[in-house]
Amino acid sequence: MSSREKAQVLDETGLDRALTRIAHEIVEQAGGGHDIALVGIKTRGVTLAARVAAKIAAIEGRSPSVGALDITLYRDDLGLKAEQPVVRSTEISFPIKGRTVVLVDDVLFTGRTIRAAMDALMDLGRPHIIRLAVLVDRGHRELPIRPDYIGKNLPTSRRETVAVLLREHDGEDRVVILEE
Amino acid sequence: MNLLIKGGRVVDPAGGTDAVQDVWIADGRIHKIGRGLKPPAGAEAVDATGKVVCPGFIDMHVHLREPGFEYKETIASGTRAAAAGGFTAVACMANTFPVNDNRAVTDYILARAKVEGVVRVYPIGAVTRNLEGKQLAELAEQAEAGCVAFSDDGKCIMNAELYRRAMEYALPFGLPVISHAEDCELAHRGAMHEGFVSTELGLDGQPAAAEDVMVARDIILAELTGAHLHIAHISTAGAVRLVRDAKARGVRVTAEVTPHHLLLTDEVVRSYDSSCKMAPPLRGKRDVEACLEALVDGTIDCVATDHAPHAVSEKEGEFAEAANGIVGLETAVPLLLDRLVRPGVLDLPTFVARLSVGPARLLNLPGGSLAPGAAADITILDLERTWTVDPATFRSRGRSTPFAGFTGAGAPWMTLVGGVKVAS
Amino acid sequence: MSWKRKDLLGMQDLDAAEIIGVLDTATSMKEIAAREIKKVPTLRGKTVVNLFYESSTRTRTSFEIAGKWLSADVINFSASGSSADKGESLLDTARNIEAMSPDVVVVRHKASGAPALLARHLRCGVVNAGDGAHEHPTQALLDLMTIREKKGHLEGLNVTIVGDITHSRVARSDIYGMRKMGITVTVAGPPTLIPAQCQELGVKVSHRLEEAIAHADVIMMLRLQHERMQGGFIPSLREYSRVWGLTLAKLEHCRPDVLIMHPGPVNRGVELAPEVADSAYSVILDQVSNGVAVRMAVLYLLAGSKGA
Repeated sequence: MSSREKAQVLDETGLDRALTRIAHEIVEQAGGGHDIALVGIKTRGVTLAARVAAKIAAIEGRSPSVGALDITLYRDDLGLKAEQPVVRSTEISFPIKGRTVVLVDDVLFTGRTIRAAMDALMDLGRPHIIRLAVLVDRGHRELPIRPDYIGKNLPTSRRETVAVLLREHDGEDRVVILEE
Repeated sequence: MNLLIKGGRVVDPAGGTDAVQDVWIADGRIHKIGRGLKPPAGAEAVDATGKVVCPGFIDMHVHLREPGFEYKETIASGTRAAAAGGFTAVACMANTFPVNDNRAVTDYILARAKVEGVVRVYPIGAVTRNLEGKQLAELAEQAEAGCVAFSDDGKCIMNAELYRRAMEYALPFGLPVISHAEDCELAHRGAMHEGFVSTELGLDGQPAAAEDVMVARDIILAELTGAHLHIAHISTAGAVRLVRDAKARGVRVTAEVTPHHLLLTDEVVRSYDSSCKMAPPLRGKRDVEACLEALVDGTIDCVATDHAPHAVSEKEGEFAEAANGIVGLETAVPLLLDRLVRPGVLDLPTFVARLSVGPARLLNLPGGSLAPGAAADITILDLERTWTVDPATFRSRGRSTPFAGFTGAGAPWMTLVGGVKVAS
Repeated sequence: MSWKRKDLLGMQDLDAAEIIGVLDTATSMKEIAAREIKKVPTLRGKTVVNLFYESSTRTRTSFEIAGKWLSADVINFSASGSSADKGESLLDTARNIEAMSPDVVVVRHKASGAPALLARHLRCGVVNAGDGAHEHPTQALLDLMTIREKKGHLEGLNVTIVGDITHSRVARSDIYGMRKMGITVTVAGPPTLIPAQCQELGVKVSHRLEEAIAHADVIMMLRLQHERMQGGFIPSLREYSRVWGLTLAKLEHCRPDVLIMHPGPVNRGVELAPEVADSAYSVILDQVSNGVAVRMAVLYLLAGSKGA
C-alpha cells in the first residue's frame, strides 16, 4: 500500500497544544485531578496517555494512574482477516473497580476499537465512569460512540487514512492525511 | 492356428539372441524364429516393429489371496493384473485361508486357475502346517499335487531344528525352499526400517540385522543339508553380502528382489502413508545400492514383485496399525524399464533374463526362453510408451502402491500365454 | 510473524520466527490467568474438539481451560485404545466429528503420524497434542516459553534431556524446537534408550549423567515408563533411578542457576528425588501455567487461520 501524503493537519506545536488542552479539560472535569486513571489503547494511545499524564502531573503536582490496554482479543473482526492480528499484553496495575477511567487513543474512526476497549476494561473490573480522549476524531462512526475530549475534529473521506506520527515511534510529531 | 509376430527386437537371453526377427507361433507353441518368415495364409500377424519381444515374464512371488481372502484379490483379478503387467506366469504363496499346506488346497488353486486364471499359476506349498512353524506340512503330497516350491512366506520359521528337517525332507523332490528371512523377536516392534528416519518419525523400527541374522542362519542350514535355499524379497546390504559369499563357496542359494527395494528408500515413509508399508520394509540408501549392484552382477537371480493386495480399509489409518503389503504386478515392468533400463543401470537383456530365464531355471519351470517347441508365452514391450501410475485403473483389487502418480516410459505392450493374447 | 498454517503438527515444521510469534502471543495472554474474570471473548462461537485417544488428564485439561478462557465451546471426546479396539477407524471417527463443524480438533494418539493423517482429511485445523513417540509441539513451546522467562533469552543456552529418548515425543519436539532457537542440546541415557543415529538430530549424546549435566543451564528429566523393563531396555527401576535419577547431591556439581524441568507427571524417586522436585531449581509448576498460555496462543492463531 503506497499512500501519499495529502495534507498535514497538525504540526509538532499543534499536537502538543492539543494534548495540553486535553489535559486541562480532564483535570477540570475531574474537579481536582486525584483518582484520574488514564488507559491508553495500544499502541499509540499508550504513548499519548503517557504524555497527557505527564502534563496532568505538571498541572496538579500528582501523577494520575496510567495503564496500557491491548484490545486484540476483543475485536469484532477476528476470523474475517487473512491471519490473526498480533496479540500484545494488557498492563493495568491498578484496580478498575470504582475508578473514573479515561480511555486514550490517537484516532477515533468507526468506534469499533473503543467498543472493544470498553469490553476489555469491564472484564477487568467495574469502573465508575469511562470517558474517552482522542487526538483526532475523523468521523464515519459505525457505532454510537462519542468522545469526551477531542484534540482536533477532522472531516475525512473514507478513502483517506489519518496517520498520527509520534516521536517515540516515528521520530517526529505530526498528524497527516494520506490517500491511497 | 498360426500367429506371426513380425519385426520385433527379439531378446532371448536363454538362447543368446538379441536381434530383429520374426516369431512364428503355431498351435500355441513357438514354431520358428528367423527373418522374413512366411507362415501359411490365414495366419494372424502382429506388427512388432520397434517393440521388444521377450520370453514370457514370470513373477515367482505373488499373493493371489484365494482361497479365503477374496476380498483382497482373487485368482481371476490377480492373473489379469499379471497379464496387464506383462507376466505370463505367477507363483503364488501359501498364506491363503485355509493355508495351502495340503493337496486339497493346491488342487483347488490349480482348478480355479484353469477356469478363472488368464496366466499360468504355479502354487507354492507351505513348509509347516498352517504356517505355525511347529510341524512339517505334507511336503511329498504337495510336490505331487504340483507345488513348485515350499515357503512359509509371510512368516519366518524361527525353529532352526524344524527348518533343518524341512530342508532335508524336501531334498528328494528337487524343489527350492523359499525363506522369508525375518527374526521375529528382533523385528517385532518395527513398522519400518530402523534408522534415522524411524528415529525422526518416532516409529519403532526393525534393524537390517533382523533380516541378516536369518539369512545367515538359513544359508548355514542350506549348507548343512544341501538344500536349494531361495531368499525371498532380499532387501539389505548385509543379506546381499551373505548371499554373494555363500554362492562363492558353492552353496545352493538364490535370491529375488522386489522393484520397490530397488527404487525406494525409507525416506518415503516420512509421509506416514501406509502405501509405503511392507515387509521387509523399505531400507536405507546403501541397502538399495547393494541390491542394485547384486541384481546387475547376478548375485540376485531374479526380480519378483511380492504382490500383496489388501482392502483399502486395511491400509487406511495409523501407520503402525496398517497391514503390510503393496501391489506390484502392474507397476514392476514399467518402473524397472524406466528407472533402471532406460538410464543404463541394467541392460535390456539382463533385465529380460531376471524376469524370464532367471525364475524359470530357479523353479525348474517350462518357459523363460523362446526356443522352438516351447510354449508360446511371450511378453512384448514398448520402450517408448509413456505411462502414469494410476491405482484407480488397476485390474488388481489392491490399490496400495507407493508409486501412485509416478510417470515414465517403457511398458508391456502385449502378453501372450500359449500363443493367446491375454493383454494388450 | 504471521501465522498461516492450518495445523500445528510438529516443531519440525516451524521456523524460528513462528516459534517466537507463538511465545510472544502466549506471553501476552498469560495475564488473563491473573484476572478475576478469566475470560476474553476472542474465540466466542468457535468449537474446539479434544480428541484424546490416550488418556491424559493434564494435557486435555490444559487445552480445555485454554479454550474456555478464550470463550470457545470445548468438547471432550475420549476414545480409548486404537481403532482396532474401538471398532471405528480413526478416519471414520474424524469424519463424524467433522460433520459437527468444529473449528479446531486437538488430537492425542498413540500412533505416530495419526494427527498428520487427520489433518489431510479434515478441513478444520488440527493440533497435535502428542502422537506416539513422534512430536508434542505444545509441550516444546511451553518448555521454550518457560526457559525464556527464567533465563531472559534462548540462544546459546545448554539444555540436557535425560531419560528414555527413544520413546519420547517430548524429547523430539524439544530437540527440534530448541535447535531452531540456537540452543545446544545434549541427550543422556543408557544406550538402550537412545534411538538409532540420534546424533544426526544435531545433539550430543552422553551415557554418563554427571558429565551430561555438569554445564547445563537447563536439565529436562523425562518420565520413565515401567514397561521399559520388559523388552530389555533397563534391568530395574531401582538401578535406573540410582544411575539416572536426579538427586540434590548430584546437583551440587551443576550450575547454581540450573533449571530443572519435567513434562510431568513426575515419578518421584525414579527420575527425580522428591527434594529435587520441590526445590527452588524446579520450574515444573511454571511449565504447567505456561502450558495454558501456550495453548491459548495456539488455539487463537489456528482458529483465525484460513489455512495455507
